[in-house]
Amino acid sequence: MFTRRRFLETTALAGAALVVGVRFDSRPAAAVEGLAPDAFVRIAPDNTVTIISKHIELGQGSYSGVATILAEELDADWSQIRVESAPSDAARYGNRLLGGAQVTGGSTAMADSWSQMRRAGATARAMLVEAAAREWSIPASEITVDRGVVSHAPSGRRATFGELASKAAAIAPPAQVTLKDPKDFKLVGKQPPRVDSRAKTDGSAQYTMDFAVPGMLTALIARPPRFGATVKSFDATAARRVKGVTHVVPVPAGVAVVAESFWAARKGREALRVAWDESRAEKRGTDELYAAYRVLAGRPATRARREGDADGALRGAARVLEAVYEFPYLAHAPMEPLDAVIRVGADGCDLWAGSQAPTIDQQVVAQIVGVPANTVRVHTLLGGGSFGRRATPNGDVAGEAASIAKAIGGDRAVKLVWTREDDIQGGRYRPLYVHRLRGGLDAAGNIVGWEHRIVGQSIASGTPFESAMVKDGVDRTSVEGAANLPYAIANIAVDLHTTRIGVPVLWWRSVGSTHTAYSTETFLDELAHAVGRDPVDLRRALLAKHPRHLAALNLAADRAGWGQTLPSGRARGVAVHESFNSVVAQVVEVSRRPDGLPKVERVVCAVDCGTAINPDVVRAQMEGGIGYGLAAALWNEVTLVRGRVQQRNFDTYRPLRIGEMPAVEVHIVPSGAAPTGVGEPGVPPIAPAVANAFFQLTGQRVRRLPFARLAAAGTRTS
Amino acid sequence: MANLRINGAARTVAADDDIPLLWVLREQLQMTGTKYGCGIAQCGACTVHIDGRAARACVTPAAVLQGREVVTIEGVSGDVARAVQETWRRLDVAQCGYCQSGQIMSAIALLSEIRRPSDADIDAAMTGNVCRCATYVRIRAAIHEAATTLGA
Ligand code: FES
Ligand code: FES
Repeated sequence: MFTRRRFLETTALAGAALVVGVRFDSRPAAAVEGLAPDAFVRIAPDNTVTIISKHIELGQGSYSGVATILAEELDADWSQIRVESAPSDAARYGNRLLGGAQVTGGSTAMADSWSQMRRAGATARAMLVEAAAREWSIPASEITVDRGVVSHAPSGRRATFGELASKAAAIAPPAQVTLKDPKDFKLVGKQPPRVDSRAKTDGSAQYTMDFAVPGMLTALIARPPRFGATVKSFDATAARRVKGVTHVVPVPAGVAVVAESFWAARKGREALRVAWDESRAEKRGTDELYAAYRVLAGRPATRARREGDADGALRGAARVLEAVYEFPYLAHAPMEPLDAVIRVGADGCDLWAGSQAPTIDQQVVAQIVGVPANTVRVHTLLGGGSFGRRATPNGDVAGEAASIAKAIGGDRAVKLVWTREDDIQGGRYRPLYVHRLRGGLDAAGNIVGWEHRIVGQSIASGTPFESAMVKDGVDRTSVEGAANLPYAIANIAVDLHTTRIGVPVLWWRSVGSTHTAYSTETFLDELAHAVGRDPVDLRRALLAKHPRHLAALNLAADRAGWGQTLPSGRARGVAVHESFNSVVAQVVEVSRRPDGLPKVERVVCAVDCGTAINPDVVRAQMEGGIGYGLAAALWNEVTLVRGRVQQRNFDTYRPLRIGEMPAVEVHIVPSGAAPTGVGEPGVPPIAPAVANAFFQLTGQRVRRLPFARLAAAGTRTS
Repeated sequence: MANLRINGAARTVAADDDIPLLWVLREQLQMTGTKYGCGIAQCGACTVHIDGRAARACVTPAAVLQGREVVTIEGVSGDVARAVQETWRRLDVAQCGYCQSGQIMSAIALLSEIRRPSDADIDAAMTGNVCRCATYVRIRAAIHEAATTLGA
């Protein structure tokens, strides 16, 4: 069988003039003429420049970012740029910052792409220039390139990329290329419009949920009511009677109901009777977990960081403050529920998904279906949000789809859909944590000791990432943001109790910083208040050795008018936090809603993300991160009672709505450094900044998230 | 079977079994611009126009729509639609984009009714449209800007 992989190899051997289109179907793509110096760009005779993104577009702007970098060095015209997603091939499309697997995550897309895409663009440019030089018999050094046009001023000759592409394909790619001086950038740092806005405003953007192939079936899975339960028996009589239901099959995740349409699958699932074996299921509720964690928070734990002697400093302190924090399980709830389309054929297997980790999916599907990994083709479609949920260490959704395909046999494609209820109740949550902080002050009001203990599940434990992420018993995702506390405090101890609970957990937009930024930044605020220091001044004093933190903090404070009087009924709060190598400071203004919760009126955000490739995308990610973090801080929690999840859908897992979105101003700290993350770092500061402002306004410290628990508990605080 | 008018054309669809309009559009007519987000009228991803008003296709049985005029993101047209879609592009409102068909349909319905909406009008008309990417700052700005473009 002439597989696509084989086709790629063959055409690569046949020379650069033949290149392969990356398509979303499994037929060998048609060869087109043009220039394709490497795996990342293709220039066609019709003058289109197609950039192949190895990073999935989930809304974070990766397609636009990758294209901006490459088009910059290529000197392409923005209007000729197209972006396609890369096929699954870790050898060519691996993320060099994540061990070489083809994975989008950890806010690394720009950092990983920066030098690679610049080089790819510069290489293609050099080949076009050389083609023109040969064609016109002039020295390459006399040629200029601007917005997709190659010209020679002395002779007045000009050619478009498209006109030169096929000739350039005959030229060997140069071994060395010169990259631009950043001062000559025309796209990077400017505002090229997003490449995906048109398709996302006329209904044509295609997500996995929209993808279909002829004859495709739709599957839903009846999932256990408690985590860890398994199918004991099931009665499919009624389900099979539902018109359109074709198969009811047991799979590791539960019982799959497969049908000719979503609606039939849903009806079939409703009619299905399943008896569950819950003998090994997790039956504790979140109240019990909090209670157990609070006990653990009082006991010594595994050390994650030691500076000086925190214990001694706290014993000798004039005053010791202590606070205990509770953080709930959180669902990601991306707007597009989880889904995948799979087809197992004689020539291999195709998976269409909006997955952050094609390499993992490829291996998982191969293992389940029982075929070599290189015969599994993963086609990455646009993702309707993810926030970490579409990157699982075990390729859960792809694996479920594969298990269904295997169970029903045949070669009809199957689309697995998670309903919103499946999504909210199906686990892989941001773990529940309890933190205990103690801070020691000397008689002069200096912070002399800082002790931080974190209790919660490990995200990496039991996954293929364990060896890389868990060191000396400490999962760094549990303590990131706490173990690297930037403040100049002589004696610091950070400890971790890792718990084992049968609730599946996962990284959630900004991972450890979702909770560590909250406890550290609100506790520092408590210490500042205890000694009568202004919270910005105190941070400045303790951040003298951290210029990026200082710059972001100062920028946000200045633009927010920190220190200036506010109308009554309003108060300000501040937080600054580093995550994914970017530093974000936020100053918020809050008032009070009729129900007593904070209403966030305005957020002034300053971000240092190195070179801002697309400043407007950076702004958008800060806006979005603020809104995403705010929904969680105010309302979101997944609670369990006797092991059963209490929330079901957006009625009980409350998303932020337009009237609750604050005005947001984003300021970017000028930087010539290599780019760092923006997808996640906007999230961590918002909740603590709001909490600090809320304290200013009300005198209440909120130590249990979400804020909505305040209303439930009256005015009780820890 | 039911006879519907969708985007100005007569369509015969299988509308038994209380199937919602959403799944008829998506699976029988291959109009996938209208999205599934919650299925219980909580997110607005499935917003379409029924006789010119914004409605949630996920809870609207297709069978009750005989004789009604349904317009989806694929068929929306006119000055207001153009202004909204162009402004959405100019401001790069969309992030993941999955909610945006619904946002745009609600915004068009709003601007068709109120030519100069206030912030409170926007809150009221758009509150049923969730955006998990939280593009709300730009949605609001785009509605105001589209209103200005329309010169009401
Ligand atoms: S899918 Fe209809 S409102 Fe959510
Ligand atoms: S743009 Fe992603 S949900 Fe709105």
